[in-house]
Formats: sequence, C-alpha cells, structure tokens
Amino acid sequence: MKLLTHNILTSKCLKGVTVGYPLGIVAKEVKVNEVDFNPEFISRMIQKVDWPALCKAAENLGHTDELPPTVVDDYENNEEFLKKAHHFLMEIEVMNGDLICPETGRKFPVTDGIPNMLANEDEV
Amino acid sequence: MSGRPEHQAPPEIFYGEDEARKYSRNTRMMEIQLTMSERAVELLCLPENQPCHLLDLGCGSGLSGETLTEQGHIWTGVDISSAMLGVAKEREVEGDLLLGDLGQGLPFRAGAFDGAISISALQWLCNADQRSHNPAKRLYIFFSSLYSCLSRGSRAIFQFYPENSSQVELITSQAMKAGFTGGLVVDYPNSTKAKKFFLCLMTGGQQPLPAALGVDSREDAPNHVAFSQKRDRVKQLRSGKAPKKSRDWILEKKERRRRQGKETRDDSKFTGRKRPSHVW
Repeated sequence: MKLLTHNILTSKCLKGVTVGYPLGIVAKEVKVNEVDFNPEFISRMIQKVDWPALCKAAENLGHTDELPPTVVDDYENNEEFLKKAHHFLMEIEVMNGDLICPETGRKFPVTDGIPNMLANEDEV
Repeated sequence: MSGRPEHQAPPEIFYGEDEARKYSRNTRMMEIQLTMSERAVELLCLPENQPCHLLDLGCGSGLSGETLTEQGHIWTGVDISSAMLGVAKEREVEGDLLLGDLGQGLPFRAGAFDGAISISALQWLCNADQRSHNPAKRLYIFFSSLYSCLSRGSRAIFQFYPENSSQVELITSQAMKAGFTGGLVVDYPNSTKAKKFFLCLMTGGQQPLPAALGVDSREDAPNHVAFSQKRDRVKQLRSGKAPKKSRDWILEKKERRRRQGKETRDDSKFTGRKRPSHVW
C-alpha cells in the first residue's frame, strides 16, 4: 500500500464512525521502490492530498522531519518539493502491518502490501 | 459448466485459487477483458494526455488495471477475492490493491478519484450471498460511497452482464438514488456474441450518453470465435444408404450377408445397441 492510497483511506464504512480519518499506521515491513517521476501528476495530487495526514504517516514510518510541514507556495514549479512529495506518496510501500481507525481503534491488517478492509457483519 | 457464475457461489469462493489461476491464463478471456477495459476507458472521456487517479472496482487479477497503467494512469483496485488479488500481485501490477466488499461501501475520502471503471463485476453485487444481505441496500451503499469519492464531473463506467431487465432496473435505480446521472450504453446490440453492456454513470449533472458501437448496421461486430459451442453436424447423405455404423446400417448389412448366403446371426433387440463408452 503506497502512502498515496493510505492518504485517501478511511474507516467511515464502519458503524459508529463519523470521519474515520486519518488511519494510524503500525508498520512491520516497509519497502521502498523506484517509481517514474511524473511532475504533472504529483502537482495535481498535491491538491487532493491531505498534507498533515501525509506528514503524520511519514512520521509513523520513522521518517520525521523529512517532509516540510506545509505545502510550499508555488509548488507546481518547485521540483525539489515535487520530488520529495513523489518519493513519499509513490515510492514508500507498507508491506505488512496494521491500519488503525482513529475513532474505534479497530485494526485493518496489511498483508503483502494489501490492506484488508473487509468489515464483519456486525460492523456495518 | 452452465449458468451464471454468480448463481454458483459468492465471488470470494467462486474465485478461489484454481479459478483465479485459470481466469488469468485463458488468452481468449484476457483478450476480451482487454477490449472491454479499453472501451471503458474510452467511455470515461478523461482529459487527453493527462495521467489520472482511477479506481478499478472488482479489479480481480489486474487484467483491466494493466490497461489503465498502459494508458499512463495511476490506479487503485478493490476486490473481494484474496486469491484473485494474489494473482494480481504475482503479475506485479502497478496499481495498489485493497481487499474489500463493494457492498459494504468504498472506504475513501471525498473526491479522491478522477474516475472509476469496473469490468465484469457489477452483476456479483445483485445476489444475496449471505442471509443478512439485501442487494438493493448493498447497491445503494456502494453507489453512494462511490459518488462521494469521485471528484465532481468525473464518471464511473461499468461493463457487466445483466441477468435480466429487472436487474438492470435495480442497478440503475440505486445509482440514480445515490445521485448519479447517466444510463446504459449497449455496444453491438444486434449481435448475441458481441453485445456488451456499459453502465455509464456521471457526477456532473445530466450529460448526453456516448454513442454505442455497432449500432450502424454497416459496422461489423468484431471478429470473435464464431463457433464456440458444439457444432451442429448436419450431414447430407448423397446415397440412399444409412450413415455408417448406425443400427439401420447394421441391419442392412446383415440382410446383405443373408442374401449372399453367409452365416448371419438373427436380429434381436440387442442388435446395434449403444455400447457404454470406453472406460480406461
């Protein structure tokens, strides 16, 4: 699961959850891949991405202070910033661990890079 | 093999290890899926030359997702079968994969995606696979969560195999209730083999539906394997004789032998009876 995907994942399908975002990450295994850098795509994604949630996720994975705390002005033309964003959004992959609902504490296991978002009958 | 797969078992059971493997190795299946995926992306009407963030609903082993990658898009796939997702992982698809049940709702933030496609999956949502399932409710939960996680102005294209018109009615009514506009596009409506159903859902308010393929009678349906079912053998016999080895032929031959004065066994009810096929 890339951090881009984590950034859009919520637990709001569960009963009793209002927002369910962002999900906490407890990672047992993380992989770093090399992914082609597409500045146009990253620029557009930055508009959708919840930046504080991305920083928190990076922190959960042990990468404190590597990302600027807010999106810089004129980021579309700031290649260094885009490259950093690209690295965290697209190149870091959580292979094994758990995602945690911030409201109920319910864990969604991640196995082999695939989060299991299946809810039990009594949870929906 | 007969009937519709969704009548045999719930999707996570039907698409177990063996079926998942078979599905992804059948070249004819792969070709058809590829064509349908390309057509679905065409119907999405995405801005040209722009990589988009797309959702693949019921992504299975990643056949449709690979089309999205090929066209330069970044995608996330959701499927209920871990066996199918396992095959997708083996095939090293580029998209992120999630194990989930569409009928429980999509767990995504509002406006997360620029579009969604779904190939051969939607019909699975119409069956109650567990006692607690209410298909209409599950469809509504699915469509309303999809509506919210799509950005305004984007579309969701579903290629699916409707069982009957009331199923189409059920699906479209739940989609409309969830806020979508749009409708059904039927490609090659006059060809039994080539006919394909695409549910085109839009979030941006009423827009004209894209044109279907093959409606103009001059346009031929694509080359398909024309005789995929048992061939009808219509043998025209030129001579007046019975076809070889049939009971009639045997009786005629025995009569011929008697006329020739050769020793021939009497005819009985066992003459030329069907023998059981070889048991090896």
